[in-house]
Amino acid sequence: MTTPRRVPTLVRHLAGAAVAAVVLFGLTYVLDPFRDYQLATAAAYLCAAAGLTVLIGLNGQLSLGHGALMAVGAYSVAMVQNQFGDHGVTAQWALVASLAAGVVAATLAGAVIGLAAARLRGPYLAGLTLVVAVALPAVTTVFSGTFHGDQGLSVYLPPVPDSLGADFPVERWQAWLALAAALLTLLVLANLVRGRLGRSMRAIRDNEVAASLAGIPVARVQVVAFVVSAACAGLGGGMFAVLAQSVSPDAFTLTLSLNLLLAVVVGGSGSLAGAVWGSLLLVLLRYWADELTGGLSLPAGLRTRLAGNLPLALFGLLLIVVMMAAPGGVQGLLSRAGRWVRGRLTGRPSHRAGLPAPDAEPPAPVASHT
Amino acid sequence: MFRSLHRGVAVATIAILVAAAGACSSSGKSGSSTAPVPGVTDTEVVVGTHTPLTGPAAAGYSKISAAAKAYFDYVNANGGVNGRKITYKIMDDGYNPATTQQVVRQLVLQDKVFAILNGLGTPTHTGVLDFLNTNKVPDLFVASGSLSWNQPKKYPYTFGYNPDYTIEGKILASYLKANFAGQKVCTFGQNDDFGADGLKGVQAVLGASGVTHSETYTVTNTNVGPAIAALKQAGCQVTVSFSVPGFTALAIGTAAQLGFKTQWVVSNVGADYATLAGLLKAAAGPLLEGVISDSYLPSVDDTSNGWISLFRRLNTQYNNNAPFDGNVEYGFSVAYLFVQALKAAGKNPTRQSIVDAVEKNGYSGPGLFKLRFSKDDHSGYGGLQMGKVQGGKQTLFGPVYTTDDGSGAVTESNSSPASPPDNGIPT
Repeated sequence: MTTPRRVPTLVRHLAGAAVAAVVLFGLTYVLDPFRDYQLATAAAYLCAAAGLTVLIGLNGQLSLGHGALMAVGAYSVAMVQNQFGDHGVTAQWALVASLAAGVVAATLAGAVIGLAAARLRGPYLAGLTLVVAVALPAVTTVFSGTFHGDQGLSVYLPPVPDSLGADFPVERWQAWLALAAALLTLLVLANLVRGRLGRSMRAIRDNEVAASLAGIPVARVQVVAFVVSAACAGLGGGMFAVLAQSVSPDAFTLTLSLNLLLAVVVGGSGSLAGAVWGSLLLVLLRYWADELTGGLSLPAGLRTRLAGNLPLALFGLLLIVVMMAAPGGVQGLLSRAGRWVRGRLTGRPSHRAGLPAPDAEPPAPVASHT
Repeated sequence: MFRSLHRGVAVATIAILVAAAGACSSSGKSGSSTAPVPGVTDTEVVVGTHTPLTGPAAAGYSKISAAAKAYFDYVNANGGVNGRKITYKIMDDGYNPATTQQVVRQLVLQDKVFAILNGLGTPTHTGVLDFLNTNKVPDLFVASGSLSWNQPKKYPYTFGYNPDYTIEGKILASYLKANFAGQKVCTFGQNDDFGADGLKGVQAVLGASGVTHSETYTVTNTNVGPAIAALKQAGCQVTVSFSVPGFTALAIGTAAQLGFKTQWVVSNVGADYATLAGLLKAAAGPLLEGVISDSYLPSVDDTSNGWISLFRRLNTQYNNNAPFDGNVEYGFSVAYLFVQALKAAGKNPTRQSIVDAVEKNGYSGPGLFKLRFSKDDHSGYGGLQMGKVQGGKQTLFGPVYTTDDGSGAVTESNSSPASPPDNGIPT
């Protein structure tokens, strides 16, 4: 029996979030405005990717439609903010209210889809979410009076607070907003994952029949997991609207849903740290691909063809490499590296990481097979 | 054995990623300019643009930025402007407003350009107006005729270039009123400000009841069959089309397929003959014959025009002798105006000085009518001449018409266009 933890999970997570907040706060001052904007974009992706990694990795439900849920959050934020703008409300709390509205809207959409898909498993669930991803942005064209079709809506945003000074770069403020949203999402998810919901989700993922026999309400947990990930996607989408100061259906295509999936898989499915790596990679890979095509001297026609397609090609290549060499993604590699380092430092064998150390307590009498 | 192979590949991948991260972060920092005016050094002026080089709206438009770059190469070869060479950074946004956000931020925040020149597209550029004006970046000569660029109080750094779509709608409608009286007029437009403003202009002259039927299209949906069928159903004898070249070709081709015979009247945005012929290929001859359009720049087939011969010469020398069509002419014209404005901005240009220089106006160029820039008007060209396709050539005819965005009447102008300077560089 391991020694019980002395510090409750929630307190541990809050302390971790506080430390991370301080570090990130300092980071936004060190980086120049463009990097701050990239950091903010990665944080917005993280909100959605974290929810998706919990859904896919811990609950085994594959969703290809989270881009559409981000769109629901983004458009809700845009419309509520524009209402605030029309009525002259310029306070900062209005933004929090809009983001909350975005989360609520995405939660409702997630509940509808989750309930519809409660009986679906595997490729059938993926197919349903794929349909949502493709069809939902088309709503903006059909109801172009409200949603303005392809042109989209511009988002009224309150200006940077005066208390920060006149020269405060707006990108740093955007980074603060996005990082706050991302930390909040990670905090909530980390607690959920460690609690009863997380255990139920894992149980259902590993063996649905056994979980149901053990008394876990399978359908309810599936729907709750989907709704939670939808809420996270809604927050991510809302941050997208804030960062871009506009929403349009072209920002939420099927490619976005697939990119989120890529981020989850490459970063490490099922782990929140993996979602962090995946989101960073999403932002940086496109940037590096652009730098690469910019640095080479290519004929103009080839350059324009590469400019749009190289990031996608790199992503695909990376996915193949990750699938072959490191199915646990970046986080899996890092954990393995960490265990190897620890093993070398303490002199214990590392390549069979499942075994307890020689001088640990003997295992409990209940037979368990690995 | 396989485990170590997997481990090796994984470690190599991470090492590459880390190395690339290190390389790119250092290169990012070294790229920043220490000059007090962003994008301007003693030897260089850097400007940027966003334009669709790929995607459904890219037909023809990709040539505009290449032509502008060619003109800047010519000016640079002749010493530049006040000893500074012009560097033109062209970024592809695929006509996707979300991508425009990213590339414009990259241009302004990372590449620290002096100004954004000729950003293309109504839906794409609308999204970056707030960002550019908040950051006080000159947003010059937007390649679109939307009214959004003409808001000097709200967006003081933004200037249009193309004639507003409402002006174009009014001029086309008054031509139809004079020459196609009593016929059923319909419109086919893009479902954003481009189509909506054009329709408003047509209705301003013909009245709301003057337009029998209106249809719209979305750039992301290439199936215009239902819309064209509806127009055929309504019995349209004249169809005014506010469409980009790709969709003009689609509309005309689909109409031919459905046996819908109508007089097509196409906005200058999507009426360039060479681009349409390239899209319609073998059917171009018969389908495009008699199509009416309008233009604010001389026709590319007008061999007697001094500007056309100048641009053709520069096109051969500096633009790899690309096929000379309306888009190439447009690119050269915009670049010429920018060089005029940069010269007028003074020996040490600042962002404010170039904005003041544009507002001061007084520029003469290839345009058939003058530019309307002033402290209270940021709109661009204000006059258009009607054109018709005859025998595979687009010829302009009649007087140059001019009007305003409001309820002013359409009048004829009798100002004569200017001739280009001898060496093609503004004095």
